[in-house]
Amino acid sequence: MLADKDRVFTNLYGIHDWRLAGARARGAWDDTKAILDKGHDAIIDEMKKSGLRGRGGAGFPTGLKWSFMPKEVKDRPHYLIVNADESEPGTCKDRDIMRHDPHLLVEGCLVAGFAMRSHAGYIYIRGEFYNEAQNLQAAIREAYDAGLLGKNACGSGWDFDLYLHRGAGAYICGEETALLESLEGKKGMPRLKPPFPAGSGLYGCPSTVNNVESIAVAPTILRRGATWFAGIGRPNNTGTKLFCISGHVNKPCNVEEEMGIPLREVIERHAGGVRGGWDNLLAVIPGGASVPLLPKSICDTVLMDFDSLRDQKTGLGTAAVIVMDKSTDVVKAIARLSQFYKHESCGQCTPCREGTGWMWRVMERMVLGNAHIEEIDALDDVTRQVEGHTICALGDAAAWPIQGLIRHFRPEMERRIRARTEKLAAE
Amino acid sequence: MPKVKVNGVELEVPAGFTVLQACELAGVEIPRFCYHERLSIAGNCRMCLVEVKPGPPKPQASCALPIADKQEIFTTTPMVEKARKGVMEFLLINHPLDCPICDQGGECDLQDQAMGYGFDRSRFHENKRAVPDKELGPLVKTSMNRCIHCTRCIRFATEVAGVEELGATGRGEDMEVTTYVEHALTTELAGNLVDLCPVGALTSKPYAFEARSWELTKTESVDVLDALGANIRVDTRGAQVMRVLPRLNDDVNEEWISDKTRHAIDGLRHQRLDRPYVRRGGKLAEATWDEAFAAIAAKLATIDGARVAAIAGDQCDAESMVALKDLMTALGSPNVDCRQDGARLEGGPRGSYIFNPGIRGIDQADAILLVGTNPRTESPVLNARIRKRYLHGRCAIGSVGPVADLTYPVERLGAGPASLRDLLDGKTGFLEKLKAAKNPLIIVGMGALAREDGAAVLAMARELVDRLGAVRADWNGFAVLHTAAARVGGLDLGLVPGEGGRDVAGILAGCEKREIDVVYLLAADEIDTKRLGKAFVIYQGHHGDIGAHRADVILPGAAYTEKPGTYVNTEGRVQLAFRAGYPPGDAREDWAILRALSERLGKTLPYDTLGQVRARLVAVNKSFAALDQQEAGAWGGFGDPGNLSDAPFVSPIANFYMTCPISRASKTMAECIASRAQLMAAE
Repeated sequence: MLADKDRVFTNLYGIHDWRLAGARARGAWDDTKAILDKGHDAIIDEMKKSGLRGRGGAGFPTGLKWSFMPKEVKDRPHYLIVNADESEPGTCKDRDIMRHDPHLLVEGCLVAGFAMRSHAGYIYIRGEFYNEAQNLQAAIREAYDAGLLGKNACGSGWDFDLYLHRGAGAYICGEETALLESLEGKKGMPRLKPPFPAGSGLYGCPSTVNNVESIAVAPTILRRGATWFAGIGRPNNTGTKLFCISGHVNKPCNVEEEMGIPLREVIERHAGGVRGGWDNLLAVIPGGASVPLLPKSICDTVLMDFDSLRDQKTGLGTAAVIVMDKSTDVVKAIARLSQFYKHESCGQCTPCREGTGWMWRVMERMVLGNAHIEEIDALDDVTRQVEGHTICALGDAAAWPIQGLIRHFRPEMERRIRARTEKLAAE
Repeated sequence: MPKVKVNGVELEVPAGFTVLQACELAGVEIPRFCYHERLSIAGNCRMCLVEVKPGPPKPQASCALPIADKQEIFTTTPMVEKARKGVMEFLLINHPLDCPICDQGGECDLQDQAMGYGFDRSRFHENKRAVPDKELGPLVKTSMNRCIHCTRCIRFATEVAGVEELGATGRGEDMEVTTYVEHALTTELAGNLVDLCPVGALTSKPYAFEARSWELTKTESVDVLDALGANIRVDTRGAQVMRVLPRLNDDVNEEWISDKTRHAIDGLRHQRLDRPYVRRGGKLAEATWDEAFAAIAAKLATIDGARVAAIAGDQCDAESMVALKDLMTALGSPNVDCRQDGARLEGGPRGSYIFNPGIRGIDQADAILLVGTNPRTESPVLNARIRKRYLHGRCAIGSVGPVADLTYPVERLGAGPASLRDLLDGKTGFLEKLKAAKNPLIIVGMGALAREDGAAVLAMARELVDRLGAVRADWNGFAVLHTAAARVGGLDLGLVPGEGGRDVAGILAGCEKREIDVVYLLAADEIDTKRLGKAFVIYQGHHGDIGAHRADVILPGAAYTEKPGTYVNTEGRVQLAFRAGYPPGDAREDWAILRALSERLGKTLPYDTLGQVRARLVAVNKSFAALDQQEAGAWGGFGDPGNLSDAPFVSPIANFYMTCPISRASKTMAECIASRAQLMAAE
């Protein structure tokens, strides 16, 4: 369990003042100049050593990502882009950072922007986050007024401007290249990769897109040292992480915990346990809507980090733990997610455009048992025809929950089909 | 050059190639829908997936993936097979099963590729998607249920045609290709959308349900509706031309053609002259060839050659023009002209009247000046080429002349000769841009030359070219953009007034003053026939248009699809068109009519076969010996400094859709005009 002294997000619950004065009292903006004085590459090296993996879902090492930016600014400016389009169902961590501790993010932007030699940063915030955008904008203004941003930010000699841009509410704009398109004023459709944003991103310039949490923890890591951060959690899965626990628990909450904490411990210690006790647990989606669910048998022992969950054929994702007790209609729950992906598919590439609708419609029939047993295999095959064949990861995200359902709850699906067939036969 | 392996076969490919191109080089066919050589890469159909090593453990879209040295590409592995079959299944689940009533049937990419990658039955038991059809104007018919969202049409409209009117609304499976606010496309290149559409979502409206592709006879030909000489394929069923499609020629039209080229062909069915006529008692009466020839012979028997004149039309083949010229020479008439519009191009050195750098030269130009031309109406495909150059970047484009939306930004430098003089004197900054350019290109249109002071304007253009040093061994930046398909051929063959001869204006004036007694109109309809006065008019042509109405004798000829012909386009490229069908009724090939008439007049022309006429063409001008080649013309003195008028340059094409007897007879072209008018009224 994470000790209080190791917490990064000390105002996660909004108990204290979120403004500059409060943030400073908690240690933010403390001699940021000293961090910047280490130099661009030293900061990136420190981030690499900390082992921080991107908190947006894919878990790509943050320091490594920063190091992909060109080592010197040539004819095109560098950009830092912060992905605050938090739309993954079940996820609400970035939201609390931005409304209760926005200065962690603002300071992180300066540090990260400096490290990748950029003079401008854009925060692309989900349109629905109105209050969060207000707070964040206020924090940015405070930072400008205090000389922490803008010309000669924090007295470091580095100019850095930070802009807040509100999205219009499309899930796909959380995909990094779709976000760039949207930021440029175009329709939010993912780009083909390569070229990757570090080579050609926003307006064709070298850019790096990072999740809010990844950026917000950076100043603390640099202040307390990579060794401190790397000492928390397990090898290759280091540091602290915000978990968003929702669903059938007694006290749904956001909590900062160390990586690799057992799933059961997170739920029981912080969320008041599963409604009706642990034995009433049916399944858990461990990392936001797009990862396969886990049945109780695995939840008993699984650790919450990238590698252990990958070994269970699921993922840490955004660490949004969605708990389902035995009262849940699990097929219907997954069907609802399929509807979500069908609704949010951008329509650009074939497998996702056609596949998400198809999968959803079959899922709706599966809920009622209005299908043949063989169709379960056909459905599984369709998910595999979508997975890995699309431009972006939305296709995978739509396929995985269904694959998880078939993997762990096929008997339940078959039972419904048989029950319906028998009922019809009896009539 | 990087080395890659395609299915184990090693080959070298140029750097910058995509995996798909490398596979094609290796002779491995990659199925695709959204990829098109001349459009930007979208990578959205996912049909071209291949396996690449080193690379992620999932298939990659080969159309968008740049090759890397030592890359191994696999196109036949189970992973690739599975991916292609999967994508094909997804494309088909919402595609209607209406191939039997779909005009794309038989030439449909989806149909063809479904044979290779489709299943024999469907696993999709849900309802298919229904999408409302869109109204895109009189040329493009939509069946949006069939759309596979490849976005080729959107990319073509945005990139090539330069009209940002097509786009996609909605997302996911609700995505629809549409014009946002429903209206006809305002481009002269709309027909190409039909060619680009890999399925039957966009089909040709005039051709709807007319024929099946496998019933048609395909003949290679050359377009004559503007001076570009676009390479076309004429598809016929029996005697009837069913449709016209572009042929690939990167040097001329790439693979685009204008809507007039494609859709004016229904004009070939109407208003045709299918038998000779002779005017008797003020009325045109049907006649036999013998009677018609007799009437001409009777008239000419008493008349001196100097009182005879001939005008060649804008769509004549070189064969008929050389025969006309030879006949006039035999009759002793120097009054021959092929410049109906009065263009002041005297047929001097070839470089003075052709588009010297070639159409391909536009790609190399780095500053372009348009003088008295609106290329969008005069040659939409050439205009698209200029737009392509603009999109490539770093090319200043200026215009002295008519104001129009050319689909790319143009610096307006004034309206008439005075503005051109200002430019020459450095009063506008554009001279500096031209000077700074390595390959400056001056495009002079008929709007600048077909006027009283045309020769003086030509001299001024010449002065500009000289001052820029735009004529070098490796570059000739002087380019004349013609509007008549026959014009360069006519000038090459010397269809200009001989010693003491009259030009078109002189002929018409002569008719009014009764100094000219007989006028031979070879498919010439763009003159003011009221000025022909009391002259005896022989009209040889294929349509009962303006010229035929005034005629005293009508000799029915063949349209461009009905005769083997030689045409020289605006850049001086000699191209052959083959016969796609026979002319209607008693109508005959034009050179043969002139040859037959010459015999009757006792001045028999010295050729009996097409081969002999073509030998005569080469004898007159040896540029006819080199087919489908283009180079800058001979350079020398031309132009005639003189008084300049104040009148602004006006493009000769007032109405793009109707410029010749064929397009005037076309119902489709009339619909296009009505549709445009409706749009203008709505605005």
